Amino acid sequence: MSVIEISGLHKAFGPLQVLRGIDLSVERGDVVCVIGPSGSGKSTLLRCVNLLEQPDSGTILVGGTELTDPDVDIDLARRKLGMVFQGFNLFSHLSVLDNLTIAQRKVLRRSGSEAVETARRNLAKVGLAGKESAVPSQLSGGQQQRAAIARALSMNPEVMLFDEPTSALDPELVGDVLGVMRQLADEGMTMIVVTHEMQFAREVADRVLFMDGGVVVEQGPAEQVIGDPQEERTRTFLARVLNPLK
Amino acid sequence: MAGSTDSAPPRSEPIAAVPVRHPGRWVAAAVLLVLAAMVVHSLLTNPAWQWSVVGDYLFSGRVLGGLLVTAELTVLAMLIGVVGGVLIAVMRLSNNPIVSGVAWFYAWFFRGTPVLVQIIFWSFIGFLYPYLSLGIPFGPEFIFFDSNKLIPLFMGAVLGLGLNEAAYMSEIVRAGILSVDTGQTEAAEALGMTRTKIMTRIVLPQAMRVIIPPTGNETISMLKTTSLVAVVAGGDLFTEVQLIYGGNYKQIPLLVVASLWYLLFTSVLSVGQYYIERRYSRGTSVQAGGNVR
Ligand SMILES: Nc1ncnc2c1ncn2[C@@H]1O[C@H](COP(=O)(O)OP(=O)(O)OP(=O)(O)O)[C@@H](O)[C@H]1O
Ligand SMILES: [Mg+2]
Repeated sequence: MSVIEISGLHKAFGPLQVLRGIDLSVERGDVVCVIGPSGSGKSTLLRCVNLLEQPDSGTILVGGTELTDPDVDIDLARRKLGMVFQGFNLFSHLSVLDNLTIAQRKVLRRSGSEAVETARRNLAKVGLAGKESAVPSQLSGGQQQRAAIARALSMNPEVMLFDEPTSALDPELVGDVLGVMRQLADEGMTMIVVTHEMQFAREVADRVLFMDGGVVVEQGPAEQVIGDPQEERTRTFLARVLNPLK
Repeated sequence: MAGSTDSAPPRSEPIAAVPVRHPGRWVAAAVLLVLAAMVVHSLLTNPAWQWSVVGDYLFSGRVLGGLLVTAELTVLAMLIGVVGGVLIAVMRLSNNPIVSGVAWFYAWFFRGTPVLVQIIFWSFIGFLYPYLSLGIPFGPEFIFFDSNKLIPLFMGAVLGLGLNEAAYMSEIVRAGILSVDTGQTEAAEALGMTRTKIMTRIVLPQAMRVIIPPTGNETISMLKTTSLVAVVAGGDLFTEVQLIYGGNYKQIPLLVVASLWYLLFTSVLSVGQYYIERRYSRGTSVQAGGNVR
């Protein structure tokens, strides 16, 4: 059974139709990369999946739970999803360790020691062992983003959602973050990644989705969508991304 | 002006740097010094100030008792103000139009009427509603209160000051909450935290940096505003001083007594304010300092 099953998803902001019927199913262990031009609705799609945006119509099943059902406890459903933002969004008043433990304790009701243990394990995993007591502003962008990934992982999500996790980073810091994501993928984590990193999509994604104008224009294996796109719009987009100077 | 640099004469030797002279400043300073000397001279020599009377009353039991009431009023009113302000601010930002409407009305009403009127109003609420009771609205009542006992004069004064302060504090708190990046709330939502937890654990602590410095100013201002409760004989410093000079007609020295105490208290609070502001600006200066490791 699919971990995520989206069908007929529509979302508008006022008169602006941003999503016009998205269908997507993600199997356990899948890595799906979403690419597409700015404004095509990629972020909105991810944000609908954990209800940071309320969809207008359509269904979103996460682990068999219908998210748009008003009787469903959103906070409960969200625990299955980890989200990583372009702007990191670490809690700026808390230490790195507290960033990783607060939701474990307040949401999952884990004991302090269990939360700390989980947090330390995940910090080590993203290469930030020893940064427990730093505050976010003392970390580089790449370190902040890896801490944010560790924070999401500490909730033991079934699916990780990434919204352009490397777009706000200096180029030399991108590799560290992509490295951590690749490692997660290798461990079998189910991931939906909105990204402009075509190399990463090619090497790590099981499936690539090309979105434009609020619809999925083309999808398939990375080699096919990026290497041999069938649709004209995909070809135009890729040409611009891969050879921006032409 | 484009050609002005070209037309400037070529400089053959370096110009000697001469500090700009400010003769005006020296004149102004001299005038101020003379004025200050005149004030001090009159303070010391004009017998109307009656410094010996000031000395007699500065530490008298009634004045110190009034001082204690002033301190209590300030603390209690600020407590109501801050707690109420947070409540009103959170309500104001609610998605529920009725809840935010009530909060808007509260701020509108309490900011739109003089605090003096509110103090008098709350002090005499007992005349308006001699009995308060708990029960089903428009139905049977279970518990009765004699509101003159429930809200004695002092409590009336505290309520008047505190409820008014809550309206002003709510604006300060609201600005603080709005200053927190929405990404913080989104990250917390994505982690499954409830709205209440997000507010108390994530948003309000970060809003404190913006909320605390003006709250210090409000406290200093409140200390002085408490003197208004003298109109309902609230028993504060100013009430006592008024009662004393009502008896002995030594208005000037007793007003000096009151002013000296107010000055001392506000000065102490200002020092506290300085340290609080320094502490709460730390977060930003670390950020400005870059990657401190
Ligand atoms: N909260 C909002 N209110 C109004 N319009 C919005 C809102 N969020 C997004 N939009 C609009 O919806 C459209 C799609 O936005 P979205 O962020 O999903 O695009 P995207 O594909 O993620 O683009 P990018 O690559 O620039 O991040 C844009 O035109 C954007 O301006
Ligand atoms: Mg986006």
